[in-house]
Amino acid sequence: MIKIASLHKWFGKLHVLKGIDLTVDEQEVVVLIGASGSGKSTLLRCINFLEAPQQGRIFIDGEVVDPRGKNLHSIRQEVGMVFQHFNLFPHMTVLGNVIEGPAQVKRLARAEAVKIGMELLEKVGLSDKAETYPAMLSGGQKQRVAIARALAMRPKIMLFDEPTSALDPELVGEVLQVMQELANEGMTMIVVSHEMGFAREVADRVIFMDEGVIVEEGDPDLIYSKPQNERTQEFLSRIL
Amino acid sequence: MFDLPWDFTIIPSYMPLFVPVAFVTLQITTLGILMGLLLGLLFGLMRISPLWVLNGPARLYIWAIRGTPLLLQLFIIYYGFSSIARVPGFLAAVLGLAIHNGAYLAEIIRGSIQSIDRGQREAAYSLGMTRWQAMRRIVLPQAFKRAVPPLGNQFIIALKDSSLASTIAVHELLHRARVLWSSNFRTMEMLIIAGIFYLFMTTIFTLVVGRIEHRLKASEYRS
Repeated sequence: MIKIASLHKWFGKLHVLKGIDLTVDEQEVVVLIGASGSGKSTLLRCINFLEAPQQGRIFIDGEVVDPRGKNLHSIRQEVGMVFQHFNLFPHMTVLGNVIEGPAQVKRLARAEAVKIGMELLEKVGLSDKAETYPAMLSGGQKQRVAIARALAMRPKIMLFDEPTSALDPELVGEVLQVMQELANEGMTMIVVSHEMGFAREVADRVIFMDEGVIVEEGDPDLIYSKPQNERTQEFLSRIL
Repeated sequence: MFDLPWDFTIIPSYMPLFVPVAFVTLQITTLGILMGLLLGLLFGLMRISPLWVLNGPARLYIWAIRGTPLLLQLFIIYYGFSSIARVPGFLAAVLGLAIHNGAYLAEIIRGSIQSIDRGQREAAYSLGMTRWQAMRRIVLPQAFKRAVPPLGNQFIIALKDSSLASTIAVHELLHRARVLWSSNFRTMEMLIIAGIFYLFMTTIFTLVVGRIEHRLKASEYRS
């Protein structure tokens, strides 16, 4: 589904990704962990070219992603993204946020977009908030709207960039629950998150990154209980 | 006590004579600002473009216009071009205000666009939007809201600056005051009447902008 081959990214002189190779299969859920600055968010953002890598290739469904080519917009439509700070559109209602993609990018008729939008709001448990503006929602509700907004494009892959890090602790559960349901339905997901409970229960694979390289990867239970690499051990001892 | 050399009791009787020219002031200002807004939007967008063929001319325009007085710009349009074509005073005033304010408005628009969190653009791109779609649907509507207070401010500045049109024979407020005092010699009284009209218009306008601002803010907190 996704294949990343020797990906390099520099911010000026700073070498953030130092040759990442990664394959994610269809319906697989991968959780990326690592210290801040390890490059995990940058890797995620490179997949849909919110950051342009300087070297390496990314294939989605066998098609190479080319930022200069025409396919970037169509590839982005197939890759949903959820951000740490939600990035909801504050000047639109909750429903307006969700139907913006289908209506503007896919050019669906409004009635059809609304139908999709309401179904998705139902799915994330917020159909009663359709006409509300984002400013009136809690963090957990905002993030669920953001997930619905991304799903409205009917993506094949969902990227989550620390979706619960900006939330109050008591609101984390409702977001993780929506993500878990999504995983159960077979969505391919790459998640940057330190939620160990979620990783253990939902992830097929956990990847530990440090200083721009993938240090260790494997079954969540093994990574968390018996990390092989010294750097992984040290990192986990600090967060657990 | 000494007697003031002025007779303010005549003010009410002269006020009606200023009403028609107050509308001229309002027309010059409104037309100038509206055209200026188009120029400001165009040059503001050009200014943030990474392409030098776009941002270069925008920088040049903003630099030249902000660096020279409005009076000079009016004179260039009205007197400078007179050897080629006679631009009527009213039109010259509107064009002058438009070009002058366009430069300031471009900077206001640029500033408010750049103040929108880049996460907004990223969210738009991640849905598959093009740069222009993200700008039109996501960034500009928010930027305009944020620009309302400085835009209102610029409108008030333009209203006051329109008095410079009196120097190129446009029959607006200050011009009327001058014409009247040159025959009745009530200089201070005529100037005070003009001042009352300016204050009246700027006050109304400040209130209207405040209202709009409040509305826009409230609209995002509806549940």
